[in-house]
Parts: sequence; C-alpha cells; structure tokens
Amino acid sequence: MNIFVLLAIIAALVAIQVVGTRFVKLNRLAWMAIWWIALYLALSFGIDPPLPTTIIALFMAIVTLALLAYLSADSEELETAKNTIVSFMTERKYMVPLLIAVVAIPLLVAFKVYSDMTQPPQPPASGRTIHPPPPASINFEGNTINLATANNPYRDLEESDPEAFAQHNANGRRIYFENCFYCHGDNMEGSGMFAHGYDPLPANFNDPTTISQLQESYLFWRIAKGAPGLPGESTPWASAMPAWENFLTEEEIWDVIIFLYEFTGYEPRAQGMPH
Amino acid sequence: MTINRRSPVLRAACIAFLAFIVLILTGEVAFGAPQEAPGDGDYRTMPFVGSRVFMWVVAELHLMFAAFVLAVPMFALVIEYIGYKTGDKRFDELAYDFTKLLSVSFSFTATLGALLTFGLIILYPALTDYLVKIFSWTFLPYVLLFFFEAIFLYSYYYGWGKFSPRVHLFLGLMLNIVGTAIMFIANAWLTFMNTPNGIDELGNLTSVWDAINNYIWMPINIHRLIANVAFGGAIGAAYGAYKFLGAKTDQERAHYDWMGYIGNFIAICALLPLPFAGYWLGVEIYAYDQSLGITLMGGTFSWLFIIQAVLIGNLFLAANYYLWLSMGRIAGAERYRRFIKYLLALITICFIVWATPHSLVATVEEARAMGGSHHPILNVLGVMSAKNTAVNLLILTTYVSFLLYRRANKEATVSWAKMGNLIQFSIFAVVVIFVVFLGVYGYFVDAQTRIGLSQPQVMSVLFAMVAVTVIDIFLFKNARKRGEIAWGKIPGRAQYALFFLAITFTWLMGLMGYVRAGMRQHWHVYGVIRDTSVDAYTPTLGFAGLVVSVTVIIFFLFLAIVFFLSGLSGKKNWAPKSPPPPEATTTEPLPDAEPATEPEKEPEVAGLPNPLASLLRFIRKKS
Repeated sequence: MNIFVLLAIIAALVAIQVVGTRFVKLNRLAWMAIWWIALYLALSFGIDPPLPTTIIALFMAIVTLALLAYLSADSEELETAKNTIVSFMTERKYMVPLLIAVVAIPLLVAFKVYSDMTQPPQPPASGRTIHPPPPASINFEGNTINLATANNPYRDLEESDPEAFAQHNANGRRIYFENCFYCHGDNMEGSGMFAHGYDPLPANFNDPTTISQLQESYLFWRIAKGAPGLPGESTPWASAMPAWENFLTEEEIWDVIIFLYEFTGYEPRAQGMPH
Repeated sequence: MTINRRSPVLRAACIAFLAFIVLILTGEVAFGAPQEAPGDGDYRTMPFVGSRVFMWVVAELHLMFAAFVLAVPMFALVIEYIGYKTGDKRFDELAYDFTKLLSVSFSFTATLGALLTFGLIILYPALTDYLVKIFSWTFLPYVLLFFFEAIFLYSYYYGWGKFSPRVHLFLGLMLNIVGTAIMFIANAWLTFMNTPNGIDELGNLTSVWDAINNYIWMPINIHRLIANVAFGGAIGAAYGAYKFLGAKTDQERAHYDWMGYIGNFIAICALLPLPFAGYWLGVEIYAYDQSLGITLMGGTFSWLFIIQAVLIGNLFLAANYYLWLSMGRIAGAERYRRFIKYLLALITICFIVWATPHSLVATVEEARAMGGSHHPILNVLGVMSAKNTAVNLLILTTYVSFLLYRRANKEATVSWAKMGNLIQFSIFAVVVIFVVFLGVYGYFVDAQTRIGLSQPQVMSVLFAMVAVTVIDIFLFKNARKRGEIAWGKIPGRAQYALFFLAITFTWLMGLMGYVRAGMRQHWHVYGVIRDTSVDAYTPTLGFAGLVVSVTVIIFFLFLAIVFFLSGLSGKKNWAPKSPPPPEATTTEPLPDAEPATEPEKEPEVAGLPNPLASLLRFIRKKS
C-alpha cells in the first residue's frame, strides 16, 4: 500500500467536503465526479505493487455503475444533475470553462493514445488458469492411481506412528532441498534462485490460496506429471514444472507432499464427504 | 373466451413448427449417414449450427420456459391464498394476471421439450440409449405426471372463478406438486450425467435409486426450485413493467406498478437464499470429484464464475436500486434517503470483492511486478472465504433496503420504539462482525473447516433477518401512517430496472446452465461415456458467451409473443368498423366470448396492499 498517496487522497476529499459544505454548494453530480476520480487515483497509485489495468477497469466499471445508480436513485437530484449539464453547455457565463473542456477532452484522449503508443512492445495481457483440472486417474510406474480416491498412504502415520511420520517428513525435506528449492525457494515462496528465469513465477506454497485449497492426490499428479501432463483444456499452460515421475519414486513424491504441508503449516483438503 | 378461440391456432402453429423441425432432422438422417465414432459414440450431425449448439440452445430454451411454468404457479397460489384469506379481491386479480402468462408458456415448454427429445434421439442415439437403459423406470411416471400437469394447469387457469375458492386452491396446489415432481425426475437424468452413481465400473446399472439420488440431484433440485421462483418473479415483474410503460390510465399504471413491485419482491425473496443453495451444489460437486470441482471453480470455467459474480452483483445492485426508486412513491420515505449512500457503498465493496478473480489478467510486466498472477493484497479476495463474506453482507444490505422500504410511511407508536431500533441495530452489528470474523478466520484453518464456516455465516444472516423482521412487526404494530403509497407514481427507469433484472436472471441461467453441463468437458456421462463426436472440446469462453446471449435473445423474442398473446385476453372482442343494423345487435355474449365474470381491473390508485402486510394482518386477526 502507498499509504502517503491514500492519505493525500483522503485529505483532499476531506478538504473538498469542508469547502463543499461551507463555501460552495456541490451537487450530487459534482460529488460523483470527485469520488470517481478519487477512487481511480487510489486504485491506480495507492496500491503497491500496482494493480493490473484489467482489474482497475473492472473495479472502475463497478464504481461507475454504483455512482450512476446513486445519482439516478433520487429523481430531484437527477433533474438537478441534468440541468447542471444543460446549463453548463448552453449558458453564456460558462463559455470559458466549456471551451477549456472542449479542448481538454480531445487533448486527454490524444495524450492517452500517445502514452500507449510510446510504451515498449509487450505481449498482450492474458488470464491464466491457476489450477488445471486433473484427470480422473493417472498411470504411475505401471499402476493406475485414481485421483478421486487416492490418499497419501503415510498421512495416517501422523496419528498412529508419529515417529515414522517424522521420518517421511525428513525424507520429504531432503527431496525438496535436492530438487525443488531451486525454483520454489528455501521458504517455499516461489522465489528460488532460478525463479527469475520463469514466466509465470513458480507457485508460492505459503500463499493460503494454493496448496491449502487442494487435495494431496492433486499435488501428486502435478508433481508426477509436471507440465507435460497438463490437460488439453485452457492451454497454453506456460508451466516449466518437470515430470518428476522420471526422477522420484511414488514414496518420495508422497513424502515431499507431507513436507510441503508440514513446512507451511497448512492442512491438505480432505476428500469429499458430503452427499 | 379469447384464449379458447386462439388455442387451436396456437396448437396448430406449434405442431407445424415441430413437424418442420422433425422434417429437418429426419431429412438429415435420410441423407446423412451416422458418423463412425470410436468407442461408445454414435452421432448424427445437425446442419448449419452443429449438433452441440442446436441441443445447447434448445435445452436452454426448454429449461427457461419450464422454469417459468413451474415458478408462476408457486407464487400465484400464494397470492391467491392471501386474497382468499384476507378477502381482498385485488390479490385474486393479481394472481390471475400472473397465471395468464402460463397457458402459452406451457405450450412453448412442451414443444421445446419434444424438440429436445427428438434431438437427443436423432443426434445422440448412443447416449440416449444408455440413459434410457439407466432411467427406463422413470419415464412412465414422468409422462403420467406431464398429463396431470396439463390437466391441473388448464383447469387452474380456465377454472378461475368457476370453482369454489378451496377447490381452485387445491388445483393450484396439485399443479405445484406435479410440476415439482416432474422437475425432480428430469433433474435426476441430467445430474446423473454430471455425477453418475448407482452403476458399476463398466457403467452397468446397479441401483436406479442411487442413480437418481446422485451427489448433485438434491442440491440441483433445491437450487432450481428457488432459482425458478426468482426467475419467474423477475419475468412476472418484467411483464408488469411492460404493461406499465404501455398503460394509458392512472389506474392501469397503479395496477401494473403494483404487479411489478410484487414480482420484484418475489424475485428478491428467492434471490436471497440462492447463493447458499449454489454453494451447497458446489460443495457436492467438489466432494464427488475434485477434478470437476477444480474445472468449475479454479480451472477452465473459473472465468465464467467471474462473469457470474458480475451478473449477480448487478442483480443485487438493480434490486436495491428498484427499492430505492420505489421509496419515491411513499410519503415519509424521505427520512431514509440519507442511508442510501451507505448501503450503496457497502454493496459496491461487496460487489468488488465478489468479482475479484483469484488469478488476475495481467501483462508480463504487471505479473512480474506482482510476483506472479496473484496480487499480494487482492489475492485474499479471490477465494471462497472472501466471496462468502461478501455475499452474506450483500444479502443483509438488500434486506436493510427492504426494511427501509417497508417502514417508509410508518412511524412507530409503541413506548419501546427506541429500544426496539437499538436492538435491531445491535443484531445487525453483531451479525456483520461475526460474518466478517468467520471470513477472516477461514484463511487460518484447513479447507474442510473453512467450508464448514459457511454454515454459521448463513445461519447468522438468516437469524438476523428473521429476528429483525419479528421485532419490526411488533415495533410497527398500530404505527402511525405518514401517508399512502402512491402506486403508479414511479419513474420509468424503475421499470427498466425490472427489465434489466429479468434479462440478467435469464442470462445468468443460461451461463450457469452451460457451466453445469460444460464442466463434464469431453464426457457425455462423466467418467462413463466419453464424447467422441466432432464437438468433443470445450468451446472458448467468447463462443460460449455468444451462444448463451443468442439463446437469451431468442427466449425474449418468444416471451414477447407470450406477453402479446396474454395481453389479448383483456382486449375487447373484434367488431366491424361500421355499426351493424340495429336489429343485428344483441346483448347476449358469444358462446366462447370472455365471460362476464372476468374481473374488471379497476384497482385503487393509492393503497394497493403489500402481500406481506396483508398476510401479517390476517395472522394478527387470527391470533
């Protein structure tokens, strides 16, 4: 968050409120415009890292709808707003500001076009599907694993034999730091030493919206099959994840999954019970 | 009766249309040999648009009309019952106004249903054969119920005023029961395709009941039941708006303003619990198979859920907007106008939270600045904990708008008025804090616990709505009235808000219908019968949006015909322009002319009753 920018916007709003109530009577249309600009500035410059332009456009569309609803929810206020616009465009006393507006609007559009055109070329924005849907089952070392029903075979040891569970966790740690941390980082934040070479960046497992949302069988599939095993839908996936089935055994993959959850402190999503 | 005269023409038109379509389909069968498809597949192609798009559009149109035909009798019956119990004839007339829309809609539903069946048999014979094998026992009761549906529907409509009120109400009740049973049976077929159950590994039937009672059967039943009422209410309100805008007298404007209000009231009442039912459906889908759940919420279809969030946010916004505009026709509502901006601010924030995607559409530079496609701050708004919290607050806000509307022209006279308001405010405050707390707490617990937290969130919101309503009833008992409701005195844009609601509901139904069916991806019956046709791919989001939009446009074209035909029943009989010779005139009605008992619509301009208030008056009188 850019606290100073946000504080400046709030201060400006308070100042306009004071001026608007004590000296100049601002109508609802004026307040609408002020709020629209304030929110646009807050979203564009008040948040760090900056929001993508697509999300700002989405938010501002919602804000615009809401402000229009507010303006037109009261017939008297709507009439006043309409009269304000008509008088601004027709009355002689507004000639100078009208001329300024007539010149400024095309200039602003021109400036926007110029600034867009002078940007260095870059690929268009794209929406990435984060969680590819897994297949119903996969083949691993000649065995079929049903992903809808498969459980981590060592998960129960957590209760029944904590010592054995700790060994699997330790094994998972070893495997992680031998194979995974180069990309996913030593804190599992997706900031390993190779991470800067990838687009998109490797997954951040500390994020509460990644592995804590998923079942262990899903992780098994992603680790075992990697990018080559991703489904045909929603392509291109743009993933550099290797197919670890070529390097790790089934037990090693389950162990590293245990370590991922133990390290981050998240619980895997349980397999579905409702019905 | 005008309808009687028209019906054979309509039926003939329907049959001709049906015959034309069958001709196209069978013509194709005659000269287009079935494709050789590997495995279980066996297909024929539909010219021009392809089999999938054809079935998609027809199924969706059938569903939309079916939803309407099932929903209208539900609230028509309730409104008629209120009229019967309170003795207020205007409710009876309103219920009749809604029921007028049924007759033509039922014919359209049946025709589209037949078209859907023919399409399945001709274009997807192997799939149809398999479904018939699984559900053969259910087809007979389905057909029988359909006959009963026709009997009850037409006797309910044509028998208006011809039977004693109790008999007529019984007919309405039976119509609802039979209609709901039909929907439950059809739901079993389609939900089986998503979450097949009661079969062995080779797809052979082991239990019909298990096949019916699959994972999402009951959630879909409940979700559709509620959604149908919301949809039917919105379409009914749109009819009121259509008639309002074309009204020539103040009386007509008053009546149709009231009708629009009641339709919208029904739609909002049904909309409030709808997200909860949808969430239950989502949980069951995820429970059946994580792959389906991920496809739906995190994978291919997740972007459609962003569109859904935008549409639902718009629905809430428009529903509140209509209520705020409606307050303009109530003397005394000015006191509450100052609250609108706060309600709007809360709605906007919740709308933004709900519409925030988990992974953002970003350029490479933007993604690099964020450290991935997840924004470190907005990221938390992209998951269900935030969404559930937002929707619960949206529901509470809409309820507050309704509460303000309800008490707009009333002034409490009870001695404990201040205390009552304070208690109501405290309930709201506690529930809002509780809902937000659970939403935040959801980020710190495992997924199963997090899913479970949605229940106390929902229950606390329901508690708040029920508790505040009960207090409000006693608070405004013997309240002083500041003025009457001036029905008909509402800006035209309020009527456009009703159109917007109806179109948005329909679009939403089309979109989510596609999502529900499309999440099977390359399966006809998920995991059992693979789609090996030329359409065995997931269409792009843009193409899917286009098909849904075209379907919605076709539906509204059909609906315009329904509105037009339904409006004919109130028109005068045709007469030649030049006056007939005196000896030819007669005061006797034509044998099948509109009966003299047809109620003349002359409602009062002011003081049209609120159904809730009338029901409460009746309960009070009884107690």
